Amino acid sequence: MSGEIDRVEKGVAHEDAGAPLTEAPASPPALDFGGAWDYAPAPEATDHVHIAPRQQLFVGGRWVAARSGRHFDTVSPGTEEKLAEVAEADARDVDDAVQAARLAYDRYWSKMRASDRAKCLFRIARAIQEKARELAIVESMDGGKPIKESRDVDVPLAAAHFFYHAGWADKLDHAFQGRAWRPLGVAGQIIPWNFPLLMAAWKIAPALACGNTVVLKPAETTPLTALLLARIVEEAELPPGVVNVVTGPGATGAALAAHGGVDKVAFTGSTAVGKTLQRALAGTGKKLTLELGGKGAHVVFADAPIDQAIEGIVQGIYLNQGQVCCAGSRLLVEESVHDLVVRKLEDRIATLRVGDPLDKNTDVGAIHSRTQLDKIRRLVAAGEEEGAQRHTAPCALPTRGYFFAPTFFTGVASSSRIAREEIFGPVLAVTTFRTPEEAIEKANNTMYGLSAGVWTDKGAKILWMAQHLKAGVVWANTYGKLDPSSPFGGIKESGFGREGGRQGLLEYTEVE
Amino acid sequence: MEERAAALGTRSLKREAKVAGLKLAVRMMDLTTLEGKDTPGKVRAMCCKALVPWADDPSIGPVAAVCVYPNLVAVAKRALAGSAVKVASVATAFPAGQSPLDVKLADARRAVELGADEIDMVIDRGAMLSGDYAQVFDEIAATKDACGGAHLKVILETGELGSYDVVRKASEMAIAAGADFIKTSTGKVQPAATPAVTLVMLEAIRDHYYATGRRVGMKPAGGVRSAKQSLHYLVLVKETLGDAWLKPDLFRFGASALLEDILMQLEKERTGVYQASEDFSKD
Repeated sequence: MSGEIDRVEKGVAHEDAGAPLTEAPASPPALDFGGAWDYAPAPEATDHVHIAPRQQLFVGGRWVAARSGRHFDTVSPGTEEKLAEVAEADARDVDDAVQAARLAYDRYWSKMRASDRAKCLFRIARAIQEKARELAIVESMDGGKPIKESRDVDVPLAAAHFFYHAGWADKLDHAFQGRAWRPLGVAGQIIPWNFPLLMAAWKIAPALACGNTVVLKPAETTPLTALLLARIVEEAELPPGVVNVVTGPGATGAALAAHGGVDKVAFTGSTAVGKTLQRALAGTGKKLTLELGGKGAHVVFADAPIDQAIEGIVQGIYLNQGQVCCAGSRLLVEESVHDLVVRKLEDRIATLRVGDPLDKNTDVGAIHSRTQLDKIRRLVAAGEEEGAQRHTAPCALPTRGYFFAPTFFTGVASSSRIAREEIFGPVLAVTTFRTPEEAIEKANNTMYGLSAGVWTDKGAKILWMAQHLKAGVVWANTYGKLDPSSPFGGIKESGFGREGGRQGLLEYTEVE
Repeated sequence: MEERAAALGTRSLKREAKVAGLKLAVRMMDLTTLEGKDTPGKVRAMCCKALVPWADDPSIGPVAAVCVYPNLVAVAKRALAGSAVKVASVATAFPAGQSPLDVKLADARRAVELGADEIDMVIDRGAMLSGDYAQVFDEIAATKDACGGAHLKVILETGELGSYDVVRKASEMAIAAGADFIKTSTGKVQPAATPAVTLVMLEAIRDHYYATGRRVGMKPAGGVRSAKQSLHYLVLVKETLGDAWLKPDLFRFGASALLEDILMQLEKERTGVYQASEDFSKD
């Protein structure tokens, strides 16, 4: 084509006008994801969001200060700025909350008609939708995840969990094949920092639907959306004490789990803490569910739709900066398509936009904390020392805040640390396999068993793989899809118990 | 495919990014009229708009090409004489492609003789769907030959192909048979261009580039009516193929109504207020 119509902006033209397009370049063809047409910053407005500088505990339907009077800071990982001071609950506050929950259970919640409990849950679900924008913004500020995710994933799914369980609340007589059931009483629930609001919804919605009352302990570093949820519970006019929120460090959680008035402990978090909890609860008669770490295997066969698989891989390991317990952090690729997959993955991560969590175009936000960032850096350094080849997206990182560029390693030995340890960051370990049997052997060669993914165009192969993969959740030709009706949970050192679906109801009921 | 295409549709493009994108979209446009009632007067008027889309802002345009039926190529060629705007002609028994090969080739050859710089051919969808791939391939290769120096755009008519798998296969065949561009639709069949089908075709282009280093162009056509949609397509290109394709010799929009909406949006960005639709030329 003539160069005359090529009146393109500065920096767009890469070839000499009139050069034959068919001429093969000397070096391998490489796509250029530069700044020819860059997106202007598109920050979500935050002026309508007010975060109170002092956050209190929500106990027995009232907002109260911690008995110790102590506070701790919660910081925005995207800016390293302090967002608020949060009350630090100790054993006395936990005791207040458990007593309030017990009172609410005895006096109101267990006596209320099931259809009225359902109405309460519906009100919460609708209020989450109404306040979706505020919740999403606060979630991104407090946790560092991109606004795109908090807006399109976390908040809608949280509302969906309340809607789903509101539907069950007055139909539980039909949930267990006609068997009689009873609520457990007071549930103590401890949730992690990676999906603060969503995990609160996963815990609270089924517990309330089954007639229990709850004391929720959000993660120390991300308490703000759980407190907003408490505000919603208050505005939805649930009886006082049905939902209590106590904020604090690990010790607060330990006090909650150890409290004699708690009938059920539900924990999502690290495998190490999960083991401690299980030891502590042995012999107490408390019901326990644990949803712990993972090192999900993502298996890509040569006959897979590779471009879609790349999307699944990216979703699997870079969603929420890889800080996802069901992340697909080990990629097993059939050897014949390894080079193609690596090349496409390299090009794909070059288009990921890393930066301000509140920018609507950000794909990868901030790492949750300095500690977590240091851990990721340590493990990546270990990967390099062990001789794996590092591929990192060529993006500029903000100077403030905790950021890590999307990374993957090829040539990873199954015995290496990056292939075995949960990194909980945007770091993927790629290995190859030759046969389905070898894929299974490698995929199952881990102490974890939470999630796995399979990509192939052959239906029979999907079924065979799903049968042999040792994981609580197996996705086929997609990854990381969550739905309230679909039970989620792990085996082996990824924990036990299920959340979501009918199976999830079993964890909050005693069925005869 | 749909999920990825939709995800790219959530990119938020404001201010300078929006203006730069929309101006680029204008320069990538094949301004099109393909109606039985087309007349020399209509085509001349459209050519004027192609050269100067918006007199108040000379930084806009000209468009890449005008796209007409063979009978109007000479008119367009005269109207655009001396400018860089190309004349594209549909050919090969457009839009159905259901004619003997010699008729189709003669159609293309005549359009080139009449002055067309670019030929937009249609593939034989009947042959494609009945599995006669060799025929589809040979017809494209023969048309490429008949075009001589004119650029060949191959219309797959994705709305008739039924699945992304067939679109992908047709894309690969068209590229292998020598297409300079692959194009979604004639504009005569619904659905025409969609972001998802465009993404499938962009991926075929990318894989061909990986394998050979040859850059094939892409033209979504039909159904792209709003400025916002055009930006969505540019995002698809930018994040699938990168910077090299963000220019008129590798990406085009086939559209008739799109220009007016883009001008309206650009004028809004320039002056801060929306103009009435009547303020823009309807040619």
